[in-house]
Amino acid sequence: MDRPSLVPGQGAPSGRLALNIMHFARVLREAGLPVGPGHVIDALDAAQAGALRSREDFYWTLHAVFVKRREHKEIFDQAFHVFWKKPKMLEQLMQLMFQQITRPADEKAKKAGFRRLAEAMFDKVESQSRREEKPDSLEFDATFSHSDMEVLRRKDFEQMTVTEQAQARQAIARLNVHRLEIPTRRFRPSHAGERIDLRRTLKGSLRAGGHLIDLARRERQWREPPLVVLCDISGSCSNYSRMFLHFLHGLMNDRERVSVFLFGTRLTNISRELKRRDVDEAMARVSSAVKDWSGGTRIGSALKEFNYKWARRVLTQGAHVLIMTDGLDREDVALLTTEMARLKRSARRIVWLNPLLRYEGFEARAAGIRAMMPYIDEFRPVHSLESLGDLAAALAAPRRQEHDPKQWLKAG
Amino acid sequence: MDSSSKKNGLPPSIDAVAELLKSQGYIADRALSTVVFLALKMGRPLFLEGEAGVGKTEIAKVLAEALGRRLIRLQCYEGLDVNAAVYEWNYSAQMIEIRLAEASGELDRERLGHDIFSERFLTKRPLLQALEAPKGLAPVLLIDELDRTDEAFEAFLLEVLSDFQVTIPELGTISAVEPPIVVITSNRTREVHDALKRRCLYHWVGYPDAEREIAIIKARRPDAPAALAREVVSFVQALRQGELYKSPGVAETLDWVSALHELDAVSLDPQTVNDTLGVLLKYQDDIVRMEGSEAKRILDQIKAEIATMSRV
Repeated sequence: MDRPSLVPGQGAPSGRLALNIMHFARVLREAGLPVGPGHVIDALDAAQAGALRSREDFYWTLHAVFVKRREHKEIFDQAFHVFWKKPKMLEQLMQLMFQQITRPADEKAKKAGFRRLAEAMFDKVESQSRREEKPDSLEFDATFSHSDMEVLRRKDFEQMTVTEQAQARQAIARLNVHRLEIPTRRFRPSHAGERIDLRRTLKGSLRAGGHLIDLARRERQWREPPLVVLCDISGSCSNYSRMFLHFLHGLMNDRERVSVFLFGTRLTNISRELKRRDVDEAMARVSSAVKDWSGGTRIGSALKEFNYKWARRVLTQGAHVLIMTDGLDREDVALLTTEMARLKRSARRIVWLNPLLRYEGFEARAAGIRAMMPYIDEFRPVHSLESLGDLAAALAAPRRQEHDPKQWLKAG
Repeated sequence: MDSSSKKNGLPPSIDAVAELLKSQGYIADRALSTVVFLALKMGRPLFLEGEAGVGKTEIAKVLAEALGRRLIRLQCYEGLDVNAAVYEWNYSAQMIEIRLAEASGELDRERLGHDIFSERFLTKRPLLQALEAPKGLAPVLLIDELDRTDEAFEAFLLEVLSDFQVTIPELGTISAVEPPIVVITSNRTREVHDALKRRCLYHWVGYPDAEREIAIIKARRPDAPAALAREVVSFVQALRQGELYKSPGVAETLDWVSALHELDAVSLDPQTVNDTLGVLLKYQDDIVRMEGSEAKRILDQIKAEIATMSRV
């Protein structure tokens, strides 16, 4: 891969510049930006348009062509500096890739999107192997333990990899198929609509001189309802929280009106943190906004806080609720019952995704689970949750008998 | 009083605003008076958010009354669209017009189109009405419960509120000679977009403190005995301290005073409280929690407090 030592001035891009722009586009594509051949041609045209006097001009020219969404800026920025020569950065990248033989990458190297970029620039196999070797950053595995102790902990997430990002996108695309839409009170023009659109009818009629009245029709618009996600981040769910968050970040950027709350021993609204940012940057923000990573669970009181403080603000216009928790709560079951009942009354539909059903013989025995079950519209258990794909499959599968909460209550 | 305020009849100071509101029986605190003053002075929309029943809508009504302006109210609901908020053509009249033109042998299409889409056939809805007032008499435009409508309407409102003009494709652009005094209220059942909030002066209308609430009762229910008012306010204030799903607002307090007054009560007792709790609390969970011993406990507590206060 050739890298130009200097950004050339005006004039048609020489053969090498054109080639380099193309290579640069490939790097961006590898790093997960949606860059197609059309963009490359645009970039060449833009470079040819003249006015490139400085490196900064060049940066913003390419930026204008390649960056189409706010969250892509971070990756572009890093890729630009690495590709169009900034020797130090390259060194840091190398370090990240060959960590076995060098000292651990310092904080600076952990800038958002770095990992995806590194993968895009070097051989992917190596990064894969490195990932496998790296032990989980959590100190202990609390999968099957649960408590109501409040442990305040910070959490650093591993940066998202290219494969993971692709998986997340796929997962969300699959969700589209089973998206629920509800009718709104708005209308749009339609040929076979049920109602008559008087305004268009009259305009059309006048166009023809008022002799003919050709009825124009309209139909009801359908729209996705707001979605509220309540996600458990306590110790027992800690293995999944990273995946959940990546998924939620994707969801947030994909559809409108999503609010995300995390709860362990307290409730945190992270909708703002998740919005419109590069996924790594979003994770960093989330991780500093939340104080109770991998602590205990108090589902009842978390729900109560949600009901009192947020429900009236976010559960409007037919909102759906998605709860991601294992339902293992040591606390007062009466409180959990009351709060679930209240939630049920203000939400149009509640879907519960339970990630802890590792074995097929699961029965709804735990008191917390039995308390929540009657208020759930749909229960989505996951038998093995290893990837975002599994998560999406669990959510996107058509509704079957096993998703009916009553079945589970009977079995218990 | 500076000359500009004299000209358009707007209050010249924060105190004048408080006085003005008080003259109509609205007891505002300093913060609210300030933000109302600024909204009038700067010509910016006033965005009021708060729980139901704290007097958000009332401000607009009182302002209109006190300033002698017309009150134009736009009640928001889901699916509110331009046809209901700004204008609508009177289609049936238009159709008849077309038939008449046909009958009289009018064949000039251009002219027919021009006639059909003239102001004669335009039904004006609140937003358009608000833009059409003559100079010096800009109305008070109340956009009530904005949170009930959807984002699409909010986006439309952005345009109206920043330029105070609307475009009707068939007629052209209509802009206000003098921008109306805009009051927007929201119960916060949904977050209103930042872009809209940015154009407004924001104020959170909270529950009043005991002293102000007593003053409000005095202003609004002058017949009620003062001792009863004091007890009612103490009770309601105590309720707001506790954990209720929906705390009673000022409107509920006033209703309760009326109800008790109608029942000829001069003082609160546990039985009356239990019987009339439905005036104050609107959620079954809350009522169940308050019924019986809890109400009595609060009652004893406030009576003791009032007793010590009067002794001092």
